[in-house]
Amino acid sequence: MEYGILLSGGADVDFMIHGIFQYSFFGHKVWITTTHVCILIVMMILVGFAIAANRCIAKAAQVPGGFQNVVELIVEKLDGMVDTSMGKAAPKFYNYIGTVFIFILVSNISGLLGLRPPTADYGVTLPLALITFTMIHFNKWKYQRPKTIWEDACSPLPPWLPIWIPINLISWFAVPVSLSLRLFANVLSGTIMTALVYGLLKWFATIWPAALHIYLDLFSGAIQTYVFCMLTMTYISSEIGDGTRR
Amino acid sequence: MDFNENFILGCSAIGAGLAVIAGIGPGVGQGIAAGHAASAVGRNPGAQSEIRTMMLLGQAVAETTGLYGLLIAFLLLFVKPLLP
Repeated sequence: MEYGILLSGGADVDFMIHGIFQYSFFGHKVWITTTHVCILIVMMILVGFAIAANRCIAKAAQVPGGFQNVVELIVEKLDGMVDTSMGKAAPKFYNYIGTVFIFILVSNISGLLGLRPPTADYGVTLPLALITFTMIHFNKWKYQRPKTIWEDACSPLPPWLPIWIPINLISWFAVPVSLSLRLFANVLSGTIMTALVYGLLKWFATIWPAALHIYLDLFSGAIQTYVFCMLTMTYISSEIGDGTRR
Repeated sequence: MDFNENFILGCSAIGAGLAVIAGIGPGVGQGIAAGHAASAVGRNPGAQSEIRTMMLLGQAVAETTGLYGLLIAFLLLFVKPLLP
């Protein structure tokens, strides 16, 4: 008997990742899962939007109207967000932060379209956080002297006594873990809550779960997207400092 | 000693219930943040939008510790790592 299903209420409750297609990759069993399918749908939506935006901007009118207004508004808002938190180094990061913001936002609110949000899979959020981690340390080596980095690494103690380095290493590696787990756990808890409501209450869950969707998918998803991008920018700009190359 | 499956699953359920007690901390923290934001708006109503942004950001970061507890509960209930 499946007690795990029983604990979650019934056989109709379903929020797990399902394997769709199995293939062999150098002797390993690898699955194509629902996450892959959902992420492809999200990517197709974004690519379609990007092509439409490109066509529109290529023959942009002096007085923008309709769709061009929307595209310009999105780009201006995203660039403004990067500007306020990164200062002088902002123009280099417009592209990355904007892309990640739009991708995570559409992924989070794709629960409204009946998909299982791709960000509710730890295999999606961990690479995003690892990119952040790589960028933090790349920019650290780009903008700071090795001497300063060494002093930072043994920071509470003087630089000739490097016994504090393991603790600082843990705090470096805690950054991507906490970034990815925060996003993952938020979206996963939203997915599980809505699945439980729909699975347990059956016909009783007719119209009012819309409020639940507004909070768990739209509000929580948007806030977590903002937090992810904000923390990425804060970490990177704290490594850049005043922006002078060493 | 030899425990049967039902015993392990029951203990996992109790552990999941204990793990979500972690939600107390973020609840108190978010309440404090919201209270201070309210008093800040009372003192300086012009800065309302910045205060709201900062409050939401801080609350979303403070939420993380509670979510770790929630994750442990989900792991115990659905992944069942303690079963042999």
